[in-house]
Amino acid sequence: MSGDGHLLPIASNADVVAVRRQVRALAVDVGLSLVDQTKVVTAASELARNALVYAGGGRASIEIVENGVRKGLRLSFIDEGPGIPDLALALTDGWTTGSGLGLGLGGSRRLVDEFDLISAPGKGTTVTVTKWAR
Amino acid sequence: MERVPILKLGDILIISIQVDLEDQSVLALQEDLADKVVSTGARGVIIDITAVEIVDSFIGRMLATIAATSRMLDAETVVVGMRPAVAITLVELGLSLGGVRTALNLEKGVALLDHTRSAPR
Ligand SMILES: Nc1ncnc2c1ncn2[C@@H]1O[C@H](COP(=O)(O)OP(=O)(O)O)[C@@H](O)[C@H]1O
Ligand SMILES: [Mg+2]
Repeated sequence: MSGDGHLLPIASNADVVAVRRQVRALAVDVGLSLVDQTKVVTAASELARNALVYAGGGRASIEIVENGVRKGLRLSFIDEGPGIPDLALALTDGWTTGSGLGLGLGGSRRLVDEFDLISAPGKGTTVTVTKWAR
Repeated sequence: MERVPILKLGDILIISIQVDLEDQSVLALQEDLADKVVSTGARGVIIDITAVEIVDSFIGRMLATIAATSRMLDAETVVVGMRPAVAITLVELGLSLGGVRTALNLEKGVALLDHTRSAPR
């Protein structure tokens, strides 16, 4: 793992835009294809918005990772919000407690190579995703 | 917050999204557009997303909402210029935008609207 870590605040709609921009720049750097760049930026947008909307904010950590010859991008979205009581339900397409389409978590999971959701009521939420260059 | 300009060309309204929009700007655009459809009596709306690098569920919902709202106000919507990578990503995200008409570019979008309006309703 290289030391290329970036930590970005998620406290406003403008911060979500900034997260998208930074993820795009690093996705280009690690050599993701255009489609894979688009997928990982879209997942980042969903997860950053969730931290803002459901937890009142949080932070994004973006790092370049290496696995032998492959490079990838690992993103974590961390908040200290209310947490998610039922993870399986939250990952179900179309399920929302807000006014969204309920596709953010389930959709993000499909758009990346690795997806890890850690959350419990009162404990906040951390979602970590990784996309590998092919 | 960015405000997206809405252009009028005959009885068509054209919106060309050129910057990465904050969610607030997306909501403002939906409202501005509905007002403008009514105030101009437009019969068609074209949303040009040629420059848009990602469509997440929020923007996707905006496209569907604009199409549904405009239809209720007697205007047809066509989304033009979707990039191939965006289309692939949208489908995998789980959004097929079934209720939204699309065309490959602005010219084809205008032709589609012309065709729709000349056909008997
Ligand atoms: N960071 C989070 N903190 C608390 N709850 C969350 C968080 N992210 C997602 N959720 C919960 O999971 C549900 C599904 O999220 P998502 O799939 O992104 O769809 P949507 O945002 O459209 O509701 C949300 O409605 C919310 O209840
Ligand atoms: Mg969401």
